[in-house]
Amino acid sequence: MSRRIRMLVLGPALAGFGALFAWAIAGLPAFGDYRGPYGFVLNRVVVPMRHTTNVVMGTTFDVRGVDTMGEEFILYAAVVGVTLLLRDETRSRQAERRTRRLPNETVRLVGVVMVGAGLLVGLWLMAFGYITPGGGFQGGVLAAGAILLLYVVGSHRDFRPFRNEHFLDPLEGVGAGGYAIVGLAALLSGTAFLTNLFGLGRTGTLLSSGSIAILNWASAIAVTCAMLLLFAEFLETYVVPLEPEDAGS
Amino acid sequence: MSYLPYAVAAWICLVGIAGIATSKNLIHLAVCLTITQSSSYVLLLSVGYVKHGKAPIFVGRKVGSTAADPVVQALTLTDVVVSVAVIALILALALDAHRLSGTVDPDGIADMSG
Repeated sequence: MSRRIRMLVLGPALAGFGALFAWAIAGLPAFGDYRGPYGFVLNRVVVPMRHTTNVVMGTTFDVRGVDTMGEEFILYAAVVGVTLLLRDETRSRQAERRTRRLPNETVRLVGVVMVGAGLLVGLWLMAFGYITPGGGFQGGVLAAGAILLLYVVGSHRDFRPFRNEHFLDPLEGVGAGGYAIVGLAALLSGTAFLTNLFGLGRTGTLLSSGSIAILNWASAIAVTCAMLLLFAEFLETYVVPLEPEDAGS
Repeated sequence: MSYLPYAVAAWICLVGIAGIATSKNLIHLAVCLTITQSSSYVLLLSVGYVKHGKAPIFVGRKVGSTAADPVVQALTLTDVVVSVAVIALILALALDAHRLSGTVDPDGIADMSG
């Protein structure tokens, strides 16, 4: 299809789609006029039944825990897909890389501080995910982001331990598989898949919420590793060809 | 009584689609797709908002007091994760396309195969 024909089709298509969208919106209750019932029910029952004060995480890891397992495997499949698409075994991967330093010391210093701060906030979001706002997914992305910052402010060498797939691959498996194992443990003990088996503890403490805490950590590990693996794959494919230029600076 | 958040979601979606259709660069196309997908975050979160409600996190607050719907918030989380997975795959495919055809222009790649 030529560019001009595409533009000619696009106009009416967008107008039609926009009109349908507007029609659909007109049928929705006004903003803030929520009719429920699931939100109201969950906000009432999750805290007493699961001892987790963050109802969003209680929903994610318990009420619809099976969905979240699917979600985790989607991420896992994406990592596998990217790895397979980008892996090129012919390239020598162990090439020693020159150290690249950011020219500005202040930027470097701020960056290094941010690596530590980001990692801490990420771990905090993971650990307290089922009590205060946060959770394994959010904390995992933030922790991985902080580690990636190490690549920006440091050098290939500083970052290398965090792109070691002999270390990341098994850990990613532990995260994704751990989730399934918690579910299967419930199945083995004679109840439904992913039933909350463990002691619920006292509401508002780190030892509360039973298997939600374990699933939260499993997904935190899986997400952190998935992000690092994705970045490592892109780095391998994309940055390595720029190496000669890089080394000259 | 307002429909503004829904209208914002519709606008983001349409702008994203227009961006995808007119894109001349696969990386730009991936970003446009992410923009289109983010309209669903806005839509989901606005559907679940309860007037005068707070976040569904009951720390120092009576359980069951007015709060937004946690179901759509959990769905938004799934949505974000799926979006990350999709964009990672698209960027990997864009890299492959560039390696094979030497261009990131979707039209240029189409010319090659046709």
